[in-house]
Amino acid sequence: MHKNSPGSAEKAPRRRPGRIRRIALPYLLLLPALFLELLVHLVPMVIGIVMSFKELTQFYIRDWGTAPWSGFDNYKVSVDFDAPVGQDLLHSFFVTVVFTILSVSFCWLIGTAAAVYMQDNFRGRGILRALFLVPYALPVYAAVITWVFMFQHDNGLVNHVLHDQLHITSKPSFWLIGDNSFYALLIVHVWKGWPFAFLIVMAGLQNIPKELYEAAALDGAGMVQQLRRITLPSLRPVNQVLVLVLFLWTFNDFNTPYVLFGKAAPEAADLISVHIYQASFVTWNFGTGSAMSVLLLLFLLVVTGVYLALTSRGRRTADV
Amino acid sequence: MRSIRAAAVGAVTMSLALAATACGGGSSTDGGSNDSPKTLTYWASNQGASIAIDKKVLQPELDKFQKQTGIKVKLEVVPWSDLLNRILTATTSGQGPDVLNIGNTWSASLQATGALLPWDATNFGKIGGKDRFVDSALGSTGAEGKDPAAVPLYSMAYALYYNKEIFADAGIAKPPTTWAELVADGKKIQAKGKSALGAEGANVSENIHHTFVFAKQHGGEFFTAGGKADFTNDAVVAGVKQYVDLMAKDKVIPTGDAEYAQNQSVSDFAKGKQAMLLWQSAAANLKSQGMADDKYGIAPVPVQSGTPGTGAQVNSMVAGINLAVFKNTDNLDGSTKFVKFMTSDAEQKILNTAYSSIPPVKAAQEDASFNSASNSVLKDTLATSAAALPQVADESQFETAVGTAVKDLFADVAAGRAVTTASVKAKLEKAQQQMPAK
Repeated sequence: MHKNSPGSAEKAPRRRPGRIRRIALPYLLLLPALFLELLVHLVPMVIGIVMSFKELTQFYIRDWGTAPWSGFDNYKVSVDFDAPVGQDLLHSFFVTVVFTILSVSFCWLIGTAAAVYMQDNFRGRGILRALFLVPYALPVYAAVITWVFMFQHDNGLVNHVLHDQLHITSKPSFWLIGDNSFYALLIVHVWKGWPFAFLIVMAGLQNIPKELYEAAALDGAGMVQQLRRITLPSLRPVNQVLVLVLFLWTFNDFNTPYVLFGKAAPEAADLISVHIYQASFVTWNFGTGSAMSVLLLLFLLVVTGVYLALTSRGRRTADV
Repeated sequence: MRSIRAAAVGAVTMSLALAATACGGGSSTDGGSNDSPKTLTYWASNQGASIAIDKKVLQPELDKFQKQTGIKVKLEVVPWSDLLNRILTATTSGQGPDVLNIGNTWSASLQATGALLPWDATNFGKIGGKDRFVDSALGSTGAEGKDPAAVPLYSMAYALYYNKEIFADAGIAKPPTTWAELVADGKKIQAKGKSALGAEGANVSENIHHTFVFAKQHGGEFFTAGGKADFTNDAVVAGVKQYVDLMAKDKVIPTGDAEYAQNQSVSDFAKGKQAMLLWQSAAANLKSQGMADDKYGIAPVPVQSGTPGTGAQVNSMVAGINLAVFKNTDNLDGSTKFVKFMTSDAEQKILNTAYSSIPPVKAAQEDASFNSASNSVLKDTLATSAAALPQVADESQFETAVGTAVKDLFADVAAGRAVTTASVKAKLEKAQQQMPAK
């Protein structure tokens, strides 16, 4: 670079292309990354959208260019809430919404509480912190399959404690089938998700200046007031991202219900991603499955957009 | 300056290279070729008690094949939970194995995708002709009137496995031959504190296999002659209800079994906790779980009355594994040779002995080693009283939809809800509505 600039006075006419080149260079360097980004993210999305307009059943999957176009038929089937497919999708959607709200709330609450308590220095803090992160660090499959064993009706730990030892239930409950499966799923998911909230909030707390608390303490603010007036407002930008990420992850989660219940989830815990998987892979109708995925994508886009618009507006007014 | 240019050139080159490789990923979708005549990839299904056992059984045979033909076979044993997905993915992408095992009930569904090599007269000629195989096994290789999509490899049938000691303790002289007897025996067994019968209530495929037989015994079919789904006819509803009632009304199946999906009922039987098990070719599996051969007896699956036979006397599905050649293979000749090898009389004897299944090849089946008491029950069942699951393109969807409905019914029983003819019919109605509309 520097070789070029000093002697450039006499070569004035050649300056321009050099500058263009210099301006173009960053973009050229970005090209491979951009290309990979397109390849990895956008192309599959576009293919998924194309698939949703095709009648992609077992008769065409081998060469799916030959699958006939079906227009909006797949979408019509998916949102026809009087017919079983649409009804099931709607049911699954509501289950997922309730599940997501509960799971994100608990994850955030437990994570934040733990992070706040871990703020003060005390003996064993490091060990506790490490311990708290274990569920997050474990491979999903290994962690969830352990829960499957614990939730078993006959030999599971949960029933052993609740029924055999504490006598809370009159007879052993089923956790992996039937209505309780919702709670089983929620418990496993919160267990797996809150350490992430803990980690992020803990990082956010490091950025709050100690002086603020000292000043507040001098002014006579108690623990609760400090939390309400200093900690939570300072965490606002962190929370904004954290809740969004938790929401998206939870709403889309596939691994937990799949490992917990297998291919056919119980109705009470029929999360939308497994439902779509079932609608496409298990029944071999990839067109309908794709249409449902596109609808899910649109829904998440709208929610994310509205959320970001609302929260950032709130922040701007707060800043003023 | 030079370094800038180098960087720019590098960036552009890299983008172009990426573009080229991304576009060049496809492969021919028409028939196979013989581009790589020295290697084969083989996807085996998990037949033994574990994948490691399968490798131990198969590898020596593959080595033998390599010695004979010089073709190296790369073996991958695919667990049942993944096999169908893997095949579908291979079908969609065109990138798959050369030879593969399929569950014989999937034959018609996979045939419809066009991913498997059709076994016409010429292809059958290369492996010694269609006549070498038993008819009942050939009945589960694809839709009627079409060239089979696969060749029978192992045949299996359901039988009633019973724990001799528990039966003796309960004062039961001989295994039940009708469902009424089974329920009565079950009560005697339960009086002794053991559980009577096991089931995999949350296993979709097991549910299908049993309800198919129960429906048959009530004279019902899940599909009309024209291949349309007909899950709500009275006979099918009665059949499904009778199976679920073994838990709901007769209470011979413990409610805990409603959540079983990982062969826990086989373990319960092997551990001596449970007196009876309806299973297909379980001998090798039981042995690997530590149950000695002389601890249990094996009898035909009960019927409503009389003796097993055809029509309403059917007491098993034709269970089994077929061997298929992937149409996109790049070693067509080698694949055919491999199928010929695996279905040869000698290999059939070795493999079916290892897996306690019955050879679908006539000459191998006549071997003395398949005349043991347990094998003759399976052989008789296959020969006289087993029926093939519907050979229709929607078979796979049927398994999922109806199997899930039965799983939900078992879950209802477990939750203490009543199972009535109406509730069974409602679940089946919903399953039928999930089937592809045509």
